[in-house]
Amino acid sequence: MNRLLRFARGRANLLVGSLIIFALLLCALIAPWIAPYNPFDGGNLMVADEPPSADFLFGTDAQGRDVLSQVIYGARVSLAIGVATQLVNAVIGIVLGLTAGYFGGWWDDVVSSLTGIFLTVPTLIFALAIMAVLGPGLLNVFIALGFTHWAYTCRITRSQVLLTRSMGYVSAARLMGYGPWRIMFGQILPNIAGPILVITTLGIGAAILLEAALSFVGLGAQPPAVSWGLMLATAREVIFTSPWMSIFPGLAIFLAVLGFNLLGDGLRDILDPHTQRAARDS
Amino acid sequence: MLSYALRRLWQLVPTIAVVTLIIFLLFNVIPGSAISAAATDDLDPAAVARMREQFGLDKPLYVRYFSFLGHLAIGDFGISLNTQQPVTDLLLPRIWPSLQLALAAMAIAIAIGVPLGFIAGLRQGGLLDSVASVIAVSGLSLPQFWFGLLLMYLFSVQLGWLPTMGYGDGSFAYLILPALSLGVSFMALLARTTRAAVIEILHTDYIRTAHAKGLTNAVIYGKHVMRNAGTLILTTAGLQFGAIMGKAVIIEKLFSWPGVGSLLIDSIFVRDITVAQACVIVMIVFFLLVSLIVDMLYTLIDPRIEHR
Repeated sequence: MNRLLRFARGRANLLVGSLIIFALLLCALIAPWIAPYNPFDGGNLMVADEPPSADFLFGTDAQGRDVLSQVIYGARVSLAIGVATQLVNAVIGIVLGLTAGYFGGWWDDVVSSLTGIFLTVPTLIFALAIMAVLGPGLLNVFIALGFTHWAYTCRITRSQVLLTRSMGYVSAARLMGYGPWRIMFGQILPNIAGPILVITTLGIGAAILLEAALSFVGLGAQPPAVSWGLMLATAREVIFTSPWMSIFPGLAIFLAVLGFNLLGDGLRDILDPHTQRAARDS
Repeated sequence: MLSYALRRLWQLVPTIAVVTLIIFLLFNVIPGSAISAAATDDLDPAAVARMREQFGLDKPLYVRYFSFLGHLAIGDFGISLNTQQPVTDLLLPRIWPSLQLALAAMAIAIAIGVPLGFIAGLRQGGLLDSVASVIAVSGLSLPQFWFGLLLMYLFSVQLGWLPTMGYGDGSFAYLILPALSLGVSFMALLARTTRAAVIEILHTDYIRTAHAKGLTNAVIYGKHVMRNAGTLILTTAGLQFGAIMGKAVIIEKLFSWPGVGSLLIDSIFVRDITVAQACVIVMIVFFLLVSLIVDMLYTLIDPRIEHR
């Protein structure tokens, strides 16, 4: 019975996570059709600073723009930055990890020490350093987050390659005359895709959080763009008069990050036999 | 112990060298850096050239790197491009508030997270365990600056118990909200780690032995479990300290806390490259020192680790 419950709870991660992400994707894709108002039309000053009501479920901001519509549109920036940066990170991490693990030698030493440094120094500090050079802006946030979070993927790819390099199927591929690149990307990569997928999913959540944080301090999305982090920055200014503006954008960030974290945890339970065994033993 | 500490300190030197090299290259090679950022279009070329000379930018890259390192070694971070003051003068008064905030956040996280995880681990599968697990997962996904904003609304705006933002006279009241919002996700992580460690330890042979020889639960939990969980908790704490310092940047900005982080953000806005560079380096070096101290603490908690 206890095992059954735990099994159900493990799947609940996956289920709730997928549901949240599905809702988020839906918001991003069909925002113009489900948002009650257009957040880019400059607002209607007649209804500025309205608390939540039947007309404006989440209230309005100082320019009379509907907060609900902004929250719906905000899913676009968050998802785009989250997914795009993690794709870049995944590609960097996979290529470096595969080549370092497969070829070894001096290249492995270089990649490993670089990975070590990127793992030691917190992503946000590196990202801020890049932002300092490039200046504020959403494109620069993409660059700053896209090139600083690959070390996790790289480390796990490399260790998986080291584990699989001497396995039968790799030797067989080598004997059949496959070149190293074909072996790495055609044979090894599909077999180690699971852990990489988990890391990337968790990374999307982290990137959404970082984008919101950078936009919150004013380094990310610039008005008139609609971003949850930027909305919270505005909300901070009016916290005495319009507290409702602080609630919903933050809730949206929280749910989005929670969704990817749950999905990542759920995927790990399925894909990683080691933690599965540990959960069963405990 | 002392020679071990010194040796470890010496081992940090290459790491710091590589990190400063990366930061230096980042700030000096990428187009749009330093002077071109400060120089606007209406500035005449002669003035730009003079500025380049003043900041030594007319010299080759490697010369600049070594002179940069040399100045760094004596704590000279150069001149602020924006205010023309020495960067050290701007930076020094910011260090104590940042340290204060990070330590307070850590203290709150440990004081709540470790007992929570401990109890959850002992009563695995119970109601408290489920509650703690939900708190842990939520805490990890929670945007801290949003949590801080909500705290600010509740305790400052609604209840009026605590000041909204700022450093004030440096009194404790100003510290509470920033530290709480910074510590919350760290607390969640510590609770999770502690719980996992406790569950793992409870299944080991030496705990069964301790039960068999009739030790009371208080002794077993307080001594055997706690001590062994300690190293794992300490590892997490040490690794996460860097993340705390990173996230502190955002919290400092939210509460207008006069730390290194808000100096960094402000310098990014005015494109003051030298100040930004100094802030980043100070944060990283500080973080590396903390990792070192954590390593030292291991040997105190776990005598099996030898000083090599």
